[in-house]
Amino acid sequence: MTDTASLPADWSYRSRATRLAIWTGWLALVALFVWCWQVMTETTIWAFVGDAPRQAADIGGRMVPPEWGYLPELMLPLWDTLNIATLGTLGGVVMAVPVALLAARNTTPSVTILRPIALFIIVASRSINSLIWALLLVTIIGPGLLAGIIAIALRSIGFIGKLFYEAIEETDPKQIEAIQATGAGPAEVLTYGVVPQVMPALWGISVFRWDINIRESTILGLVGAGGIGLKLNASMAVLAWDQVTVILLLILGTVIVSEWISALIRRAII
Amino acid sequence: MSGTYPATWRRPPQIITDRRLRIGLQIGVLVYLVLAVGSLEVNWQRVSEGLERGQRFIMGFLQPDFTSRWRDISQGLVESLTMTLTSTVVGVLISVPIGIGAARNLVPRPVYLVCRSIVAVSRSLQEVIVAIFLVAMFGFGPFAGFLTLTFATIGFIAKLLADDIEEIDEAQAEAIRSTGATWLQLLNYAIQPQVMPRLIGLSLYRLDINFRESAVIGIVGAGGIGATLNTSIDRYEYDSAGAILLIIIAIVMVAEYGSSYLRKFLQ
Repeated sequence: MTDTASLPADWSYRSRATRLAIWTGWLALVALFVWCWQVMTETTIWAFVGDAPRQAADIGGRMVPPEWGYLPELMLPLWDTLNIATLGTLGGVVMAVPVALLAARNTTPSVTILRPIALFIIVASRSINSLIWALLLVTIIGPGLLAGIIAIALRSIGFIGKLFYEAIEETDPKQIEAIQATGAGPAEVLTYGVVPQVMPALWGISVFRWDINIRESTILGLVGAGGIGLKLNASMAVLAWDQVTVILLLILGTVIVSEWISALIRRAII
Repeated sequence: MSGTYPATWRRPPQIITDRRLRIGLQIGVLVYLVLAVGSLEVNWQRVSEGLERGQRFIMGFLQPDFTSRWRDISQGLVESLTMTLTSTVVGVLISVPIGIGAARNLVPRPVYLVCRSIVAVSRSLQEVIVAIFLVAMFGFGPFAGFLTLTFATIGFIAKLLADDIEEIDEAQAEAIRSTGATWLQLLNYAIQPQVMPRLIGLSLYRLDINFRESAVIGIVGAGGIGATLNTSIDRYEYDSAGAILLIIIAIVMVAEYGSSYLRKFLQ
């Protein structure tokens, strides 16, 4: 017989110490939040914040009705935007594939030297947004489509490289071993053992990234890298909010169509 | 007998089996590429002039200058980090009710549709575009950035939380329901234990994304390290810009490893 008198009458899921620890954790988070809030709003001018509803109503009033006559003028920038996204994705794939091959544990020629370098390239490219790349490239090679394409390509390396090297690491070793057993060299193992296994993944990842790149390329024009963002910037600079509405609706439509196309292609592949 | 077979074998096409369609697509892709590359107007003279600047930027990246603009950099960093934390906390707090409302198995259809459309609006608008509008309304500075990131967080967390709630183990919810529990008790005892680990994981992931985004929305005036970066590039101070980029990369790396460690620890 166990002695039930010494046990608590109510059952609880966690012990007292755990509950105290969890409670302290939440308290710390709340304290941190309050402190951060105070630091952040130090320079905020509350008069502007209070004024915001009026500003919103003002801008909203100017945005309707949309000036549809502006639409034909937007077709060329839209074509440029699509080119930035597509050529940028192509460039990104071309650069990402060798990086991924160096980063994957089972295909890299050297785990100690080349793999960390490849991983650093992937992390660096992933942590810097394409808008920042574009900002840099516009000052270096001048405004225009080329800066946008390179920005998109540089940003895509990290995304495609990371997903692709994970796909390479997940390949079935048996098929590779079978090819090796025929006496194939490293290049032949790559073409006949690895590539057929990862090709569908590469297509899927590229189409997925293309879809994201369409979204990102619509705003690259804000820093001068061409495309429809350039028109957005121009319309906002002259406060032509009815033109801004048309541009935003066009961007929304493009994004929806590209998402639909990418879902269609990925379903066909997988 | 084997002499009648071809010596080499080619894998038959898998996806598009019609030969004419395949060739048509290949020609289409080729024509598109020619047109797209043809419509690029590249000023090669400007590019070659820029290469010297590019070299200076790479030099700046290799020899970053943390000290001479440290006051601006640290101020931008503090703005970015505080903005990231506050917007993630507020965004998660707002997105929990919306996420619950967007789960088909918990709420009546009208509520579901309203919450799903809030999620769709928040997800389809790009952060930078939202930031432009909020800066126009609320004035320059981190407060507009905070609102932008909060708005973006709502769409992200609410959607993933709702999808997660829709995929819970119905047996547990059924068991709680059969004890005569009210809707709130059902939420607390059947849903919350199942989705809590994932919600915490998602919040940490979003914290990481919000920091990255906070570096971007500064470019359009919403405060943070992005504004500092923009200024330093405008002044052609590539060594300071390189320092800022390195700091961003380092913080993102720390956040990524930290959050993946924490998620493993919590689950």
